Amino acid sequence: MRQPLLRLEGLTKAYPGVLANDDISFEIGEGQVHALLGENGAGKSTLVKMIYGLVKPDNGQMTLHGQPFAPSQPSEARQKGVAMVFQHFSLFDALDVAENVALGMENPPPLRDLAKRIRDVSEEYGLPLDPGRLVGDLSAGERQRVEIVRCLLQDPKLLIMDEPTSVLTPQEVEILFRTLRQLSREGTAILYISHKLEEIRALCDEATILRGGKKVATCDPREKTARELAELMVGQVLTPPERPAKDTGTVVLSVENLSLKSNHPFGTSLKDISFQLHAGEVMGIAGVAGNGQDELLLMLSGELVSPRDRVQLKGQPIGHLGPNARRKLGLVAAPEERLGHAAAPDMSLTSNALLSAVGRKRLARSGFIDWPTTEAFAREIIERFDVRTPGPHVLARALSGGNLQKFVIGREIELNPDVIIVNQPTWGVDASAAAFIRQALLDLADKGAGVLVISQDLDELLEVADSFAALNEGRLTKVRPAKGLTVEEIGLMMGGAHDMHPAHEAAE
Amino acid sequence: MILGSINPAVLMAALMVAATPILLAAIGELVVEKAGVLNLGVEGMMIMGACIGFIVAVNTGSPLIGFAGAALGGMALALLFALLTQALMTNQVASGLALTLFGLGLTALLGQRYVGVTPPRTPKLDLGPLSEIPFLGRALFTHDIVVYLSIALVGAVWWFLKYSRAGMILRAVGENHDAAHALGYHVKRVRTLAILFGGACAGLGGAYLSLIRVPQWTEGMTVGAGWIALALVVFASWRPWRALAGAYLFGGVVVLQLNLQAVGVKIPVEYLSMSPYLITILVLVIISSGKARGSLNAPGSLNRPFHASS
Amino acid sequence: MIRLEKRKEPSKFWRIANPFLAVILTMIAGGIMFAALGKDPVAAIRLIFFDPIFSETFASYSRPQLLIKSAPLILIAVGLAVGFKANIWNIGAEGQYIIGALFGAGVALAFFPQPGWYIFPLMILAGAFGGFLWAMIPAILKTRFNTNEILVSLLLVYVAERLLAAMALGLMRNPDQPGFPGSRDLRRYEAAHNAELFANTGIHWGVVAALIAVIFAYVMMTRHMLGFHVQLAGQAPRAARFGGVSPTRLVVICLGISGALAGLAGLFEVSGPGGQVRIEFASGYGFTAIIVAFLGRLNPIGILLAGLLLGLTYIGGELSQMMLQIPGAAIQVFQGMLLFFLLALDFQTNYRIRLTQGARA
Repeated sequence: MRQPLLRLEGLTKAYPGVLANDDISFEIGEGQVHALLGENGAGKSTLVKMIYGLVKPDNGQMTLHGQPFAPSQPSEARQKGVAMVFQHFSLFDALDVAENVALGMENPPPLRDLAKRIRDVSEEYGLPLDPGRLVGDLSAGERQRVEIVRCLLQDPKLLIMDEPTSVLTPQEVEILFRTLRQLSREGTAILYISHKLEEIRALCDEATILRGGKKVATCDPREKTARELAELMVGQVLTPPERPAKDTGTVVLSVENLSLKSNHPFGTSLKDISFQLHAGEVMGIAGVAGNGQDELLLMLSGELVSPRDRVQLKGQPIGHLGPNARRKLGLVAAPEERLGHAAAPDMSLTSNALLSAVGRKRLARSGFIDWPTTEAFAREIIERFDVRTPGPHVLARALSGGNLQKFVIGREIELNPDVIIVNQPTWGVDASAAAFIRQALLDLADKGAGVLVISQDLDELLEVADSFAALNEGRLTKVRPAKGLTVEEIGLMMGGAHDMHPAHEAAE
Repeated sequence: MILGSINPAVLMAALMVAATPILLAAIGELVVEKAGVLNLGVEGMMIMGACIGFIVAVNTGSPLIGFAGAALGGMALALLFALLTQALMTNQVASGLALTLFGLGLTALLGQRYVGVTPPRTPKLDLGPLSEIPFLGRALFTHDIVVYLSIALVGAVWWFLKYSRAGMILRAVGENHDAAHALGYHVKRVRTLAILFGGACAGLGGAYLSLIRVPQWTEGMTVGAGWIALALVVFASWRPWRALAGAYLFGGVVVLQLNLQAVGVKIPVEYLSMSPYLITILVLVIISSGKARGSLNAPGSLNRPFHASS
Repeated sequence: MIRLEKRKEPSKFWRIANPFLAVILTMIAGGIMFAALGKDPVAAIRLIFFDPIFSETFASYSRPQLLIKSAPLILIAVGLAVGFKANIWNIGAEGQYIIGALFGAGVALAFFPQPGWYIFPLMILAGAFGGFLWAMIPAILKTRFNTNEILVSLLLVYVAERLLAAMALGLMRNPDQPGFPGSRDLRRYEAAHNAELFANTGIHWGVVAALIAVIFAYVMMTRHMLGFHVQLAGQAPRAARFGGVSPTRLVVICLGISGALAGLAGLFEVSGPGGQVRIEFASGYGFTAIIVAFLGRLNPIGILLAGLLLGLTYIGGELSQMMLQIPGAAIQVFQGMLLFFLLALDFQTNYRIRLTQGARA
């Protein structure tokens, strides 16, 4: 048995209305790769923030190397050898790599020396980086390397990784795992947070499973099946959505050789995009974050306009039309960002129902809003899509992620579209809501609508998609039938991994 | 030729004097904005500095103590702004406007009894032989100490932002406050300090107007200098040396316009005195339009409120 | 330890209670200020807030004055509030007010001394158009070049002020009295005079216009898609674009509405209570209206009340200047404090204060 490095005893943290962590205890051994497994909202993030000194526990204590450990702020945690790679990167776009690394260190050397050390360490662990580049220009995978290198430069005893693979291609995941195993061999313990079961089974020595703020079990993940782990994590067995085989119909949406500049300084421009979506078809578009997904959605929804003929809906050119004109013709969309893009956070659900439905549902006459009908429509969405909320007067931001997402997707489905575009439909949504949303999209396709799902979650795409393509640096691959695709093939479609292989091999 | 009657060395010297108040205010606001805060109260803090600096200088007989008082006066208003926007998370635009309206009113009240009073003279810095160099001596080396201090301040801010760790943290906070918080930096503390620095600088700029450039106290005497300083920060794309260049460019316009008035050009004074404002707008347009990438330099978290959710 | 915690929904109670609380706090702080100036605080507050309406000595003069002072404030603030809701910050209403007055007066002076029923309506159109035009400068610069509308609209105030001076001294100067700066007195030109509609009430066309503006704005903000889009754009710009709102169109509409209303206010002032184009014509209504808009919670009905209150402080200020020799600037301080207190209090609309127990070390 390894020496225990960090021991948690009875950690408890309450927020108004929620007990985020309830009496959690476990141990992490030196050099151990320890998984923290749980659904969204299970309390993983809160627990980790307590270890990293961002949140103070209400109760309970921690010991590190047998010494009491109660960091009051992250710098204290860092000094004692705890480092963290964040899920949403803690990086600064307008600063360069070396500055970003320096900001995460307690006593950084002068920038010139630091640049050299960044090169050395990043080569050693197979994660090449150029210290002089602006972080805003890096890909998601490279940005993660900045975070990791920042941690490694401080010789951490414990490295916390929060959902690190959600932004990586399968090949990049392999490289990351090699790095992590190398670290583990060198004696660094890793606390690995994820909800991806296969990953955990492949990488971790031990797993602690959280559900609803409580610890459910600590076990050896390699001795459990994925199904057993899933049951522990979710508490029930979920049936995957049904998918009767069927033939696809006529082309409903087609895009031809479309290139479009991003409207954001650090955005990704679309390059020569072409595809066809058929009635009744669910097309999945994979890709690592930041490869043009947002721009693709904006281009299709009409928030970014393009040359007239490049986008056609049922044979009609719509490239030049705005969102409302496209909705009128039967194309609707649900963007990734629920709060602030698909819905206005500080407005009621009724107002948010009006937001995109006003035209198709005739909720206004010569500009004057029919509030009673709008409210009735909001109620209908709430009922039909099982949105858990006191009523349509509630503000959008008061809903949980899953409920708001059901509302947003429900709103668009209720418009009876011919084509629906969704980006990350189940991101940050609990498992039951995710299953519900996927089923709703499949039902819509069965009724003859074309469904385009943009997602970074490969499992999700393989579950729902009939056909499959991937975005890489703004380019879309050829569309292939989803059936029979291997994860390896998908990884190659997502691309981006090839440039990392040589570095790693050189290091070995 | 009318322009022939204007001595270029005198013009240059006058230009530096005209530029100094807005340069001081702008360099302070630049730091504030780099930290991610938009303080529209520059005009209010400047007039506060002009008024307090004047009162203190008159009562102590020392312009230097006056300047110190002006810095404190500007900081006092800035503290109010910091309290509102950082502790109480009020809207930055509204709070900045409130600061300006309040500052204008308060100084009109405080300065009432000082209208028409002559302040103690601020001595020119004796630079000995330097000031006897032909042309350059007259243009560059006949000024009071504040002019040189303002240039030194630009250099100091430039060094601070580019090379010091504290400056890097300040930029990080302004660029992405959530990330800075996640790394354990005190977003509000950094911002409050930046706001106070901005207030002190604006106060100094105001006092330069009332103690040296005019030198008199009149109600509302800043006449938009604070707003021009705000525009200057945009013009400078948040770069200190460009703020210096912009301020001197602006000073040139003001001085030229005044000289044209003095030599009696056939344009009514009212139209000539519009020119600084019109030129500021013109410059804003040029900088903001797509081709110049200047506006992309804006700090990422500028004018976004920060509230740590955990 | 004190902690701020974001509320799930903004508190409706505090939204409405805060303006009242802010007024009370301002009275207290103002009292302290008056005491510091060596004046009797109670008498001063009474003079500012109560006597203009209730005192027998002053009310006959100051009651009609209340509407005269409040009308332009309300008219301007209603327009500004629409823009503020959309996060479009026109803070140059003072300039648009001046230009509206110049355009309106220009029409009147061009027709002088002809009679004609059509002259005043033409002046109204010209006044609104002048303000609209002046506001289109920041609007177009923003939409075409992405120039900051806050700075441009504000800088244009200084330009407008100088234009006003140039007009008063030059083009519009009264040719019959060349010794005095300022235009002809429009109150003596019947076809152009914005006269009192009912004797001794202070009600002139500007008051009527202010009421109409309040009603229109209320309907637009609560019942019409344009109002919905305005709020959407202010709260969640990306959601607005998703909802098909064109930011360009919105900038033009918001600045246009507020500019036209400010122009109207200027026209009604110059043709009525102000009387003539003079250098001192601009009296800061355009800035005070910003306070009115916030104090009225950017809500047209609230603005109506806030406009009356701020109008009251103007009259009360004049009274206190006359009776207690309190400097006029004190009222400006008063108005500034009011805005500060309101902003400071507003945190409890969105946040809850929690006292957490400091039991843990």
